[in-house]
Amino acid sequence: MNTVVLTISKQPELYLETENITPDVFAGKSAEEIAALNVYEGNLTHTLGEYFTVAGGAGDTAADTRIEVKGDLTRVKWIGAKMTTGEVVIEGDSDMYTGAFMEGGKLLAKGNVGHFAGLGMKGGDLHVTGNAGNYLGAAYRGDWRGMMSGVLRVDGNAGSDIGTFMRGGEIIVGGDVDVHVGTHQEGGKIVVKGNGKSKIGGQMVKGDIYIFGSIDVMMPGFAYRENVDLEVDGVKATFEHYIGDLGERHGKSKGETIYGHLYKKL
Amino acid sequence: MAEYIVKNGFVVDPVTGVNCEKMDVAVKNGKIVDASEAKKAKVIDASGCVVMAGGVDLHSHSAGPKVNVGRNIRPEDKLTGKVAAKGVKRMEAGFSVPTTSKSGYVLSRMGYGFAMEAAMPPLYARHTHEEMRDIPIVDMGALPVFGNNWFVMEYLKNNEIENTASYIAWLLRVTKGYGIKNVNPGGTEAWGWGMNCLTPDDPVPYFDVTPKQIIKGLIEANEYLRLPHCMHLHSNSLGEPGNYETTIASLKCAEGIKANNDFGREQVLHHTHLQFHSYGGESYASKSFESKSKEVMDYVNSAPNISFDMGQVTLDETTTMTADGPFEYHLSHMNHLKWANTDVELETAAGVVPFIYSPKTFIAVAQWAIGLELALYAKNMEKVNLTTDAPNAGPIHRYPRVIKWLMSEKARNDLLDSAKYGDKVRDRCYIGEIDRELTLMEIAQMTRSGSASCLGLSHMFGSLKPGMEGDVVVYPYNPETDTDDPEKIEYAFGNAKYFLKGGDLIIDDGEIISNGNKRTFWVNSKTEMTEQVERDVSERFKRYYTVSQNNYEVKESHYVPNPYVIEVESA
Repeated sequence: MNTVVLTISKQPELYLETENITPDVFAGKSAEEIAALNVYEGNLTHTLGEYFTVAGGAGDTAADTRIEVKGDLTRVKWIGAKMTTGEVVIEGDSDMYTGAFMEGGKLLAKGNVGHFAGLGMKGGDLHVTGNAGNYLGAAYRGDWRGMMSGVLRVDGNAGSDIGTFMRGGEIIVGGDVDVHVGTHQEGGKIVVKGNGKSKIGGQMVKGDIYIFGSIDVMMPGFAYRENVDLEVDGVKATFEHYIGDLGERHGKSKGETIYGHLYKKL
Repeated sequence: MAEYIVKNGFVVDPVTGVNCEKMDVAVKNGKIVDASEAKKAKVIDASGCVVMAGGVDLHSHSAGPKVNVGRNIRPEDKLTGKVAAKGVKRMEAGFSVPTTSKSGYVLSRMGYGFAMEAAMPPLYARHTHEEMRDIPIVDMGALPVFGNNWFVMEYLKNNEIENTASYIAWLLRVTKGYGIKNVNPGGTEAWGWGMNCLTPDDPVPYFDVTPKQIIKGLIEANEYLRLPHCMHLHSNSLGEPGNYETTIASLKCAEGIKANNDFGREQVLHHTHLQFHSYGGESYASKSFESKSKEVMDYVNSAPNISFDMGQVTLDETTTMTADGPFEYHLSHMNHLKWANTDVELETAAGVVPFIYSPKTFIAVAQWAIGLELALYAKNMEKVNLTTDAPNAGPIHRYPRVIKWLMSEKARNDLLDSAKYGDKVRDRCYIGEIDRELTLMEIAQMTRSGSASCLGLSHMFGSLKPGMEGDVVVYPYNPETDTDDPEKIEYAFGNAKYFLKGGDLIIDDGEIISNGNKRTFWVNSKTEMTEQVERDVSERFKRYYTVSQNNYEVKESHYVPNPYVIEVESA
């Protein structure tokens, strides 16, 4: 596997949109060719080389390409967006849309990521060692097709509106989350190891949410069923099982009504 | 203004009967001239390409409040279709409801020089004109909607054609409108009471008038005013299985009425997106739903004073939007996606719903088949117009794909073979029996000469004869050597190599190099307001409208900075 190392050398005045930092785009390119790729600051088009030093070279294929992005990336958006294979490692904090619409490959963010990380994710493995902002693994604004597949793991805390319109895949948050978890969820699994606040599973029709810590305010559309013993993300424990959201339309499968499931660790 | 001569192309022009002949077309002072008159012309090399007059789209939606609601409720529509600004060209965005800039650029790339915004709520005419003003290059007009208008319904209840006509003339003048649009006559108003009008004989609640009276009355008022365009109808029961009988009954309202105008227009009724109105059966299930395109076309082919456009389903994800509020409500309950409905006081209403015509379903492919059948069964191609009712049945940039399906039986069969329910569609529709392939000449009739004459603009658009507007398009398609692959048709009609609009070079070798000097067409009918109408308008504004009459009129200086006014005197 060949590695390309990007180190930020100049901070943009506005924010930098770098949809081109993916193994798919870098594959088969030399350091010079990578430096000549377009990035956008406001409505102006610049080259990657104006803001980053580029070392190393990409592999022949995207699967054979690893990208390391280093430095203060708090003004850099869209790193690893739409990647389908290969590896990206971010050493530092990055801004919005990190790994958005990702379809495959591995993205490791060693630090915090901004809002909309893993937005509309379709596959792959996104791991954030720090905190994530709002709309983690959510659907794009207005869309009814949220995260479809893949694993999105955040070791720290996450903001509000995570997993909106989620249809598949897994979101695991090590710490606490803010309001609105799995709104309109239609599948997939959300695990929160820390505390939740309010509006968890609002309008969800299918899928699972596990909360290890406390829930400040329970949605009124959820009904308690029973206590169950489960193993969730390597932790064995007893959970209170709720179904919901009862205010929504629910489909049927083999005569059984399908509900969303909310599990609260005892 | 520069002179141009387009050399050596295969010229296709139904009006002069030139069919793929190699000849030169010259443009001088914004108009087509005889090639011998262009002495200092810049040469455009069109060898190996098709040359046509600028296209004319008589029914699409690109400006106005419902288009904007579509943009507002669908931010995700902007995820695809972004093109960065380049040179003079502004940024483009959006897929099914593009930005104003993109609308103009997409139409230009397809070689269209004129587009009609097919539904303008009079109360929101200012907004519609502001958006039209911002759409570059393409000349436009807008049709105010009248079919659910309180004034119109009350006059027509008493068969007062003169008052109806007088009101229409006033409204066209104050809204800078072009002609009469009539959507779900009576039904949209009925929807305000939770009802609908499903046939032409269902009375409108609280108004005691029937859709048939509205259709007939508006046709008569249109001919009374001698307007350039005929009455533009979207009949009742759009999209409902079994609706073809309602459609034929609505078309029959035009029987015995003769066109009366100075624009060479023969038809008195244009039925829009006929595809949505040619269904048999009782439900959308494949064992019930069937095509009735042949039955509808048997009637249309026998009626010389009717024209229609296809409303071709393109099997895309799109955004439906229509002044037919009840239809949008039903649609939202079919796909459970987001939905917006609006009522426009006294005048009309509208609804917006995102929709996916999935090729994996029976019904979407059947709708696709029915649209094509209508065009392929037509005898007179001047009376058939190519549209997708954009964006209702498909985004506007799919016109080239529709042309491909019309010109190639192979392309149609490939689609049916790859569709999951292709055989079922062959079974329930007529598409499998049709081997007709339209010629370039027939496509030019459907997109140019026919549409221009239906709009009463055949003296300006739709042909390359001397004296016409200098709208010339060069498509990279060689009719002698490129006939092997239908994809070449689709590419060519979506990527004009050169495009002259009003004598200006807009597209040079595939690149947009100018934003043109677009005009807004409107019709100034000289008919005076009758005393009755004058009193009614003033009284209604005081009593019911939320705006005053002063805040209603569209002032030319700001809203229509570059007008083209067609002056009309009634008989």
